[in-house]
Amino acid sequence: MSSPGSSRPRRARTVAAAATLALLAPTACGSGEESGSPTINLYYPPEQSMQEVVDACNAQAQGRYRIAYRVLPRQADDQRVQMVRRLAAEDTGMDVLGVDVTWTQEFASADWIREWTGEDAQEAQRGTLAGPLETARYQGKLYAAPKHTNVQLLWYRTDLVPQPPKTWDEMIAQAQQLKGQGKPYRVITMGAQYEGLVVLWNTMVASAGGQILNTEGTKVVLDDGAVKALEQLKQLATSGVTSPSFANATEDPARLEFQSGNGAFQLNWPFVYPALQEADPELAAKVKWARYPGVDENTPSRATIGGSNLAVSAFSRHPAESFEAAKCLRNAENQKISAVKGGTPPTLESVYADPEMDEAYPMKETILAELKDAATRPLTPAYQNISTVISAELSPPSAIEPDRTAKDLRRSIADALESKGVLP
Amino acid sequence: MSGQSGTPLGAELAIEETERAERAEGRRRRRRAPLSEGRRAERRLGWLLCAPAAIVMVAVTAYPILYSVWLSLQRFDLKFPDQREFVGLENYVTVLTNEYWWTAFGVTLLITVVTVAVELALGMGLAIVMHRTLVGRGLVRTAALIPYGIVTVVAAFSWRYAWTPGTGYLANVFGDGAPLTDRAASLAIIMLAEIWKTTPFMALLLMAGLALVPDDLMKAASTDGATAWQRFTKVMLPVMKPAILVALLFRTLDAFRVFDNIYVLTAGSNQTSSVSMLAYNNLIRGLNLGIGSTMSVLIFLAVAIIAFIFVKLFGTAAPGSSDEEKR
Repeated sequence: MSSPGSSRPRRARTVAAAATLALLAPTACGSGEESGSPTINLYYPPEQSMQEVVDACNAQAQGRYRIAYRVLPRQADDQRVQMVRRLAAEDTGMDVLGVDVTWTQEFASADWIREWTGEDAQEAQRGTLAGPLETARYQGKLYAAPKHTNVQLLWYRTDLVPQPPKTWDEMIAQAQQLKGQGKPYRVITMGAQYEGLVVLWNTMVASAGGQILNTEGTKVVLDDGAVKALEQLKQLATSGVTSPSFANATEDPARLEFQSGNGAFQLNWPFVYPALQEADPELAAKVKWARYPGVDENTPSRATIGGSNLAVSAFSRHPAESFEAAKCLRNAENQKISAVKGGTPPTLESVYADPEMDEAYPMKETILAELKDAATRPLTPAYQNISTVISAELSPPSAIEPDRTAKDLRRSIADALESKGVLP
Repeated sequence: MSGQSGTPLGAELAIEETERAERAEGRRRRRRAPLSEGRRAERRLGWLLCAPAAIVMVAVTAYPILYSVWLSLQRFDLKFPDQREFVGLENYVTVLTNEYWWTAFGVTLLITVVTVAVELALGMGLAIVMHRTLVGRGLVRTAALIPYGIVTVVAAFSWRYAWTPGTGYLANVFGDGAPLTDRAASLAIIMLAEIWKTTPFMALLLMAGLALVPDDLMKAASTDGATAWQRFTKVMLPVMKPAILVALLFRTLDAFRVFDNIYVLTAGSNQTSSVSMLAYNNLIRGLNLGIGSTMSVLIFLAVAIIAFIFVKLFGTAAPGSSDEEKR
């Protein structure tokens, strides 16, 4: 870079410094811009079919922009930490962000993502399921477009269980009966001190008709339903039907344990189904699915939704193209590709009707039914902190004392909401 | 008996005596001697040469420290940028009355005390072995240093897999079950990993101290009939004292900031967080700059107190200071 003729050291140094800075600068300002079509940096978790979707959108854009798929780390926590760190530093190198449903409010409150307005907002809402759409709103405004959703089902062994249980109590009773007969009996699900435990409890709270926060997400409620859910969780953990590693189980170990044939029931996300078919087709043939069990006999369960939303960074230099790219990445055609090849349930109701979905999602009717009255986790910017204190207070589930735990939870959630709390 | 141990003790006293005299002499000289013109110019040049380094140090260490003190006096949560305000010492009250903080503090102290004590004993043994080895000395020393050379996070991952049922060879050693889900077992594993990693470092520092022990002194002691234990406690340890204290100081400060082993092994679940983990959780994951900075400042103070205790009460020489005085 420095011309050999220039002998003045200072100039050489300036050039060198500039070169270094250019190297250190985010990749965004590099490629693409000279040719007139901006590069849209999509920061999204690793997903099998995502590159295919990105390619489809790039073809559709016809040179107006080009999406570059930057893969985030695999762990949700690491994904969030990377994005948060860069957004806090007002990094212009991020354009479209794959934001977990539980982070959307946080990012919106911190002024890190842009509001969806006008035609963009209308398109993001048209035909989108209500539950996922709710996770993309903050204070009545839309801040993201739901990309995909997810919901857990009850997986059970038809050779052991003739009729899937409707409630937890029923399931525990069935498991105890199987145990008495010396058959595989375990109820397998995630009980480690992490988000999975919070999802389990949140589902029980919603199924019992309870609430953790008020509707605005500003105050703790933790009503009788929530206390009832605490009782239910303790009952599950102490009735002798869970696996010994329940208090340390996360999604994948739970799946593996069910695959090894120890369980009669598994409560887990739909990814377990293709995995089981691949690992043990014989067992897979005996496994069916049903709606997630409820707490009360006459009230159907309300399962917690997961999934991901697409948001546009507040520091993006190309907001118009970013909104367009985000809309493309989640349109019906591409959601179908993601669902069929990547295994992520769509947020657009119409996609479920597509016959191509039948093979990838034989359980799509059950998923759709659960999604229609699904529960969300508390929608507040402080969710991450709330989740951390909840999982700490609930762990291990066998040690829950409903009234005392509820009291502790009320205090620590209130502290977390006011940024006063200390995270364990 | 008294005659036997007389010589080594006397030698030790003599060494201390001369050292003290030298130090006093240095002090006197510094106070009195008026500086000559040339010497003053030299000193000015010295300052000039130091200045860039000093400025960089101030920029990279003093500024962040002061900034976190400033942050610790505010309610400042990145999630709620509009609610930033000055709250005085409120964050300190919040942290210092919080049970999570004190649990983490207890865990940190436990890890520090246990690991440093064990490391000192093991490291001393290892140092003596390495010092005495006649065959393959270089090889032995290199081999002993391998654990210290492995990146902590990498080592921690292999420990984690080793202790995980299914993937690990250690998980079922003590009955079946997952040791990393149990608090006491997790803490023991964390301490084991720490000790495994840093004992070589301790041994290396102690070996440098061992090299200070004059062979003549040892020979004299054994001629006088001192047993091996007496030679160790009455000759070696006193001579090695500065080296031992420096090793203890370094390791204590290090151990107090324990982070990576815990982060990988348990991520702080089951109340195994150290104070550094807690600060990370609140600062980086919780985005709470106020509370997180408060914790950082408290950790900084704790480390400063530890260093002060070692330097002032035990008389550990800060690196380089004793040299300067002798010159």
